[in-house]
Amino acid sequence: MLEVTVGIAGAAGDGLDKSGDTLARAAGRNGLHVYAYNSYQSIIRGGHIWLRLRIGQEKVYNHGDKLTAVIALNQDSIERHAPEVNDGGCIIFNSDKLKCDPSLVKGKNVQLIALPMNEVTKEVVAKHGPIQPIMQNTVAVGAVLGLTQMGIEGAAEVMKDTFSHKGEKVIDLNISLLEAGYEYVKANFKPIAEGWKLTNTRRPFVTGNEAIAMAAAAAGCKFYSAYPMTPASTILHWMANHAEKAGICVKQAEDELSVINMAVGAGIAGVRSMCATAGGGFALMTEAVGMAGIMEVPVVVVEVQRGGPSTGLPTKTEQADLNQVYGASQGEFPRLIVCPRDIPDAYESTVEAFNMADKFQMPALIMSDLLLSEHPETVDREVFRHDVKIDRGEVVTEWPQEKGKYQRFKFTESGISPRAIPGTENTLYVSGTDEHDEESILISDMFTAAPMRRKGMEKRMRKVDNLLKALPAPKLEGPADADVTLVGWGSTYGVIREAAELLTAAGTKTNYLIIKYIAPFHAKEVTEILSKAKKKISVELNFTSQMARHIKAETGISMDAHINKYDGEPFEPADVVNMVKNALAKKPVDLNVSEDDVREIAYHYLRTHYAEKLRPGKMTIEEKNGRGEPTWKVELVERTTGKKEAELVVGVQTGSTYSFEKLS
Amino acid sequence: MATVIELPLETYKGPVDPDWCPGCGDFGVLRSLQMAAGKLGVQPKDLMVVSGIGCSSNLPGFIHAYGIHSLHGRAVAVATGAHLANTDMKVVMTGGDGDGYGIGIGHFIHAMRRNLDVTYIVMDNQIYGLTTGQASPTTTRGHKTKSTPKGNAEVPLNPVAMAITAGATYVARGFSGEQKQLVELIAGGMAHKGFALIDVYSPCVTYNKINTYPWFKERVYKLEDENWDPSDFSKSLTKSFEWGEKIPLGLIYKSEQTTYEEVEPVLQRGALVKQPLGISKETMAEFIDEMI
Repeated sequence: MLEVTVGIAGAAGDGLDKSGDTLARAAGRNGLHVYAYNSYQSIIRGGHIWLRLRIGQEKVYNHGDKLTAVIALNQDSIERHAPEVNDGGCIIFNSDKLKCDPSLVKGKNVQLIALPMNEVTKEVVAKHGPIQPIMQNTVAVGAVLGLTQMGIEGAAEVMKDTFSHKGEKVIDLNISLLEAGYEYVKANFKPIAEGWKLTNTRRPFVTGNEAIAMAAAAAGCKFYSAYPMTPASTILHWMANHAEKAGICVKQAEDELSVINMAVGAGIAGVRSMCATAGGGFALMTEAVGMAGIMEVPVVVVEVQRGGPSTGLPTKTEQADLNQVYGASQGEFPRLIVCPRDIPDAYESTVEAFNMADKFQMPALIMSDLLLSEHPETVDREVFRHDVKIDRGEVVTEWPQEKGKYQRFKFTESGISPRAIPGTENTLYVSGTDEHDEESILISDMFTAAPMRRKGMEKRMRKVDNLLKALPAPKLEGPADADVTLVGWGSTYGVIREAAELLTAAGTKTNYLIIKYIAPFHAKEVTEILSKAKKKISVELNFTSQMARHIKAETGISMDAHINKYDGEPFEPADVVNMVKNALAKKPVDLNVSEDDVREIAYHYLRTHYAEKLRPGKMTIEEKNGRGEPTWKVELVERTTGKKEAELVVGVQTGSTYSFEKLS
Repeated sequence: MATVIELPLETYKGPVDPDWCPGCGDFGVLRSLQMAAGKLGVQPKDLMVVSGIGCSSNLPGFIHAYGIHSLHGRAVAVATGAHLANTDMKVVMTGGDGDGYGIGIGHFIHAMRRNLDVTYIVMDNQIYGLTTGQASPTTTRGHKTKSTPKGNAEVPLNPVAMAITAGATYVARGFSGEQKQLVELIAGGMAHKGFALIDVYSPCVTYNKINTYPWFKERVYKLEDENWDPSDFSKSLTKSFEWGEKIPLGLIYKSEQTTYEEVEPVLQRGALVKQPLGISKETMAEFIDEMI
């Protein structure tokens, strides 16, 4: 398949988000497919931002493991990413300010696209006056479009829309900048891709959080409460910006305790309500999840995982909250825990969560993660249907006196008791967190009745079987007679799918099982699938293989091997392929510090202790050093001259920084 | 103004009788709330009583109305959600000093800052009763309780002063031994447009042997007997600190301010619960086009 991966690297505040957005939207408007991943930090300016856009003629399911072109906005970015560029790729930079040492390049036939920015933009400046440094990004975008031969029309159209509120002059200026970069590379460099079939299919470029928010709006969510927390905050932002049009009361509350208690209150009053948070916020919410359980109140809660524990990695991804969400709140009660695998699924799952929450009168928990929630991707617009099914379940809005006494928690065969909306005549009741009888009178202390408690529990728990029947069972995907079955959940789907295809193409027939529902769990179906699988390997972005553990608890089946990653970055297809190969060869997992690792450790040391004056140079392993383990010796050289200035010693096994010495 | 048809006390008689200790101050508060609702002619189906956990938080089970008996400390948050979802119902929160001023104080402060159009009745007995007698946020200094055998080391909160400064627009103090006045204070709070706090001294006859009925009876006096003007913020704030030998009862502070409901755009279309669900094809198309 024809595809390119464009990386844009710089500091926060360099405006690279905008450049990436222009490029992605341009591709999306031309019928191409884009998957973007931004490896960012929790700072507003500075640091290192690394945005990758994988653009394909056909659908791409992850950000991939390739790098075709890099737009480097500072020297640090050139040093760090030039070595990663693949054969035939290119490195684009402003040569008036930055230099690219050809020795940094490792790929074959990599072009250094040195843009002498003053010269390239001479005519634009003559016409429009001096330009701000940030606008040079637009020249680089033009260069990418020229080198990849994707055409400039899409991007020009994006510029028109982006700057429509600023008038013709600004639009003209930006398009001129695009053209300047585009024409310059056409005249001076070789193209790096060709043969795109551009169409008129215009696909929106959407994040998982936007999909969840839009789904909530379509599903009739009327109340949304939240407390800011990355990576859930962009749901709040979308909601706040579209509240009036979508008819949603959006409430930022004082803390997550308030957030979920408000949402449950709104649910009791009869509206569809939702809240979202990250793992830390959800930890605060758990008591109220049980409240919705015993009160039988529909409420949708989105838990967007990020690296933990505690504050952990606020801007990095992980799948380590399964145990927390599954174990949320004391006691036992029916609830739905659903883990969408991609953006279309996030949309569908959110709508489904509202319907199931209403139908079974219980909390519905949606588990996402930073990758799924924050990465944008081109998605077919048909995914975002406005006319989704809205099933509010058994709701009572009228109760004539002749019908006799209304019992809010009537012990029914299905376990579902018709729910009167407060304000209705003749159906008064109390929603209580204490155990209660059919009429909602407490049976917790003043009146106790063991059989009543038993029947109440059984009534509520009867809903679990019916809920399970209402949910589609997981299916094996890929070749049926595979040698290897990869097992995963959530956003790793995109990578697992591609890794299975790569493995199959390389001779190891691989299929995969993606678990969508954690609770209730399709134990029978999963047992059937896994008991027939030859080699079962779990693939999870966590340390302790929480899904594998959950599957074992539900089915008794153990995995043959576990693949884990917990460094905050998502898997790439090649990671999974290599780890599967290692697992099949029964090779132990290599946890030593690699050359790439030690380079990052050196950059970290320099950033935190040495103000980025130096960069890592030569790196060698020393076996005998008196440290009790082999060590990396990293030469630290002056940024521009390459002069050796210092030495850093890092343990190969422990990763401990043993010494930093300045050479005199 | 629409004519109010007053409703008799029996209208609000709950399904079961309260399980409070004989002589508990909360009986008087329950009765006052029922009388206040009757005085305003609020139909039981239009009344939502929301509580947390504690002796006094059992109140929703003892009144004929819709009720939410929520989590410890969360009454105000749950009530906020329920109220915003259906602004056609009258929301009254009830609970104790531990529930509202201890574990739930965050929600209490922020709800007042929003000036939500709700009423909060706190049955303040200066002790944790349901857990059998530990110090609460309003327990006086030096008071020996099960958790403070050497005497309480902490200074009690002043909920009335806090309410005035946090943005509540109707702040009153009542006493369950002064029921006639209490009915007026609660009815006034429920009729008031904005956040109303009625901090009610509701003696715990079992676990608080200091702040008893006789103790209060010796000290309380009624502000209305002194033609108190509750509209002056500074004077009201000063008055809120009067406590000890003389304790004022009555409406301490009142002002007219914009409520949260008045500025929330979506609520201008009426109660949320009565609004249509979902979005139109055109609106969805607009949302999608933003992302192309």
